[in-house]
Amino acid sequence: MCASPYYRLQIMMCAGTGCIASGSLDVRQAFERELTKRNLQNEVQIVMTGCNGFCAMGPLVVVYPDGVFYNQVKPEHVPLIVEEHILKGRVLEKLLFKDEKAKGRVPLMKDIGFFGLQRLIVLRNRGLIDAENIDEYIARDGYAGLAKALTEMTPEQVIEEVKTSGLRGRGGGGFPTGLKWEECRRYDNFPKYTICNGDEGDPGAFMDRSVMEGDPHSVLEGMAISGYGIGAEQGYIYVRAEYPLAIQRLQKAIEDARSYGLLGRNILGKGFDFDIAIAPGAGAFVCGESTALMYSIEGRRGMPRIKPPRSAEAGLWNQPTNLNNVETFANLNPIILNGGEWFASIGTENSKGTKVFALTGAVTNVGLVEVPMGTTLSSLIFDIGGGIPKKRKFKAAQIGGPSGGCIPLGMEDVEIDYESLQGVGAMMGSGGVVVMDEMTCMVDTARFFTNFSVDESCGKCTPCREGLKVMFDKLTDIVEGRGQEGDVEFLIELGHHINNTSHCGLGKSAANPVLSTIRYFRDEYDAHIRDKHCPALVCPDLIDFEVIEEKCKMCGMCFKNCPSNAIVWEKKKVAWIDKSKCTRCRTCIMNCKFGAIR
Amino acid sequence: MPRISIEDLKKIKEEQKGKMVLRGGSHRAKVTVHMGTCGIAAGAREVMNVFRELIAEKGIQDVILTNSGCAGLCAKEPMITVEVVDLAPVKYVQVDKEKARKIFEEHVLGGRVLEDYALAIGSETMAV
Amino acid sequence: MQERDALLKKKVQDSVEQIPRDKLELLDPIIEKYQGSTSYLIPALKEAQEMFGYLPMEVQRKLSKGLNIPAPHIYGVVTFYSFFTITPRGRHTIRLCLGTACYVKGAKEMLEIIVREIGINVGETSKDGRFTLEAVRCLGACGLAPVMMIGEDTHGNIIPSATLGIIEGYQ
Repeated sequence: MCASPYYRLQIMMCAGTGCIASGSLDVRQAFERELTKRNLQNEVQIVMTGCNGFCAMGPLVVVYPDGVFYNQVKPEHVPLIVEEHILKGRVLEKLLFKDEKAKGRVPLMKDIGFFGLQRLIVLRNRGLIDAENIDEYIARDGYAGLAKALTEMTPEQVIEEVKTSGLRGRGGGGFPTGLKWEECRRYDNFPKYTICNGDEGDPGAFMDRSVMEGDPHSVLEGMAISGYGIGAEQGYIYVRAEYPLAIQRLQKAIEDARSYGLLGRNILGKGFDFDIAIAPGAGAFVCGESTALMYSIEGRRGMPRIKPPRSAEAGLWNQPTNLNNVETFANLNPIILNGGEWFASIGTENSKGTKVFALTGAVTNVGLVEVPMGTTLSSLIFDIGGGIPKKRKFKAAQIGGPSGGCIPLGMEDVEIDYESLQGVGAMMGSGGVVVMDEMTCMVDTARFFTNFSVDESCGKCTPCREGLKVMFDKLTDIVEGRGQEGDVEFLIELGHHINNTSHCGLGKSAANPVLSTIRYFRDEYDAHIRDKHCPALVCPDLIDFEVIEEKCKMCGMCFKNCPSNAIVWEKKKVAWIDKSKCTRCRTCIMNCKFGAIR
Repeated sequence: MPRISIEDLKKIKEEQKGKMVLRGGSHRAKVTVHMGTCGIAAGAREVMNVFRELIAEKGIQDVILTNSGCAGLCAKEPMITVEVVDLAPVKYVQVDKEKARKIFEEHVLGGRVLEDYALAIGSETMAV
Repeated sequence: MQERDALLKKKVQDSVEQIPRDKLELLDPIIEKYQGSTSYLIPALKEAQEMFGYLPMEVQRKLSKGLNIPAPHIYGVVTFYSFFTITPRGRHTIRLCLGTACYVKGAKEMLEIIVREIGINVGETSKDGRFTLEAVRCLGACGLAPVMMIGEDTHGNIIPSATLGIIEGYQ
């Protein structure tokens, strides 16, 4: 036997936050035990990769060279996988992913609609490399973009290339990245800084976490390229406190890159100095705003300031500063290597390249998907997402988090790019797509987002601090049955005021969820206010808790599940709810398959 | 780890690429060892190990070694299938360590079919 | 409903616990490490909180003197960021995710169950010092919604009725 073993088989285990929570570390241990037991440890290699994006089906295991994709693997499955697949070469049918559309189970990753329909640029390395191994990143053309920039291009050419690519900020604003860099380069005031915004705060978005955990070097390389472009020697990555694994992986990546001389003095012998430090956040949504984020790095309260001056002129410590999002940085290696024109050939006229979306909520394949700009919402939800589970109907998709809006049924053919989304009253935001089915109350959803914004308002300007609170109280009145005629008009007026008069981008968009649900679901607001009834049966105070006799199939599911014995039922008889015992917990509604409770 | 130059970057890339070829890179040949219960009993594991040692010894990076289930002809185990890119797959029977070495040199690396050891050309599902 | 509202409106109880003077000396290495720049304040506070579990006034004052940063500035930062707390925590911190994906998949029911059965509201610690309840914005594990973290353990795909069972496992 020679020193470095030849592995004939590699087991790729997803070690993202999602899969670790589902137990992927236990599965790994089980594999190690089983492989050692059968003396296969020199034949089979276990590689821990970053997030695969298909978190709902975790823990995920992909066996190469066959590319067989196992999902929801538990430690007790491991001996069987080793015995059957690894020793005897027989694929284990029962652990394969089951596609609802294709009949039976499809074993290969490329055949699964969820993976097959995506186009990977940002997530090019997902599930393919060991996130903690810099050599594997290099093998996939890692740091070749930086090398090309340093050897063949001037900083001006780098900026020109990024401008040609048409890349726009992926954090929400959609500002052209090349223009941002150009502006920052213009200021002759040193030192300059480049900052990576990893304060991914929108609920329902986790693409930045996935990239920082699964492919940290792609972020570092993008930052180094931007530093070269604008003339900065120091970079900071601001990572939110809720992502400890991302901080840990980035730290390791920075150390590895330093020891290779890919960060630090005289990078690759080309006379360019650049280093990166991690600035951990401490839990404040508003710190995703650029000026607030910079205050936070300075060790102050993260409150936005009025612009101008723009950060490009006076940012961190009042020095010229460039700030881009994690996903934006991850696009740079392919842009420099393949050229701006290649990137610009993907996507729509004004939105180039791809976008990563976090598909969550009432959709079958919950996970991270990367598609070209201009893909339709319906393709995203139905072809890739596998549609709505439990045979329910699609009602709306919420895009853009607490700054975004809803896209209702009937408009799902909208092409996703920056302009079209704004046209229908939503926004790209960071790319969280929360799918809602008929069991979601839009008034309650609007209240949820408003509550979020009330909690996270930094309190600096009045419209956001006070206006949102008034809005929240009004929405609470409506969902608890105290709504009055005129409330909706009041909300619209107040919403426009908040959007027009707040200081920062977060305040300026904080009323969007309310305005957009009113725009498309006015009838639901009216039902809450006039009929004192919640059509989606979500708001407990606006449900009658009565059985609709014609619809009741006498199955007794409500009776069996009621926690407070408030349901009277006998075989072959229509159920009846005893209101004196009912606690309005909605368990009966959730368990009735026939919609027979109103 | 030492500081690296642009040449080193390319070197690391080439070295690592070989280790990652299993995950979808290009390869010139694929050797499948049939390892059902019967195959293992007849010595398929030793055959597998011969290939692994040869690959490691020669530092070859673009040959995939894999296993599959029983090929059905238990009497002639251990069996292997060699697929060189652009050539029809060939099934070898009653392979032992010595034969495995020869097959590797001649067929896998050289592209010349060893007709004496071969059972048939083509796979189970595809006649040539 | 009213009962729940009463609980939801209850104020956070003030801390009465004091940190003995000699324990405060544990802060010295942190002060030494982070001296020199205001920008080290957040990492310093994080380490101090890891040490004591919370950041009472005497800890803030000591850091203020050591790091040469005005105490009101420190207090401002501590109260601004949700990660910091000035009241002691329970042995286990329950972090219930109230992000959108979790919310539409039942996190609201889970919150109501915890408020009703454990008797603590968001931001509070149970009388026996066993649990502190926190609502977090999004843990970024939306694929597993609804999600709850207890200490370092992440629990996903929770059926609301199973919430109590999971919590009871932590003593």
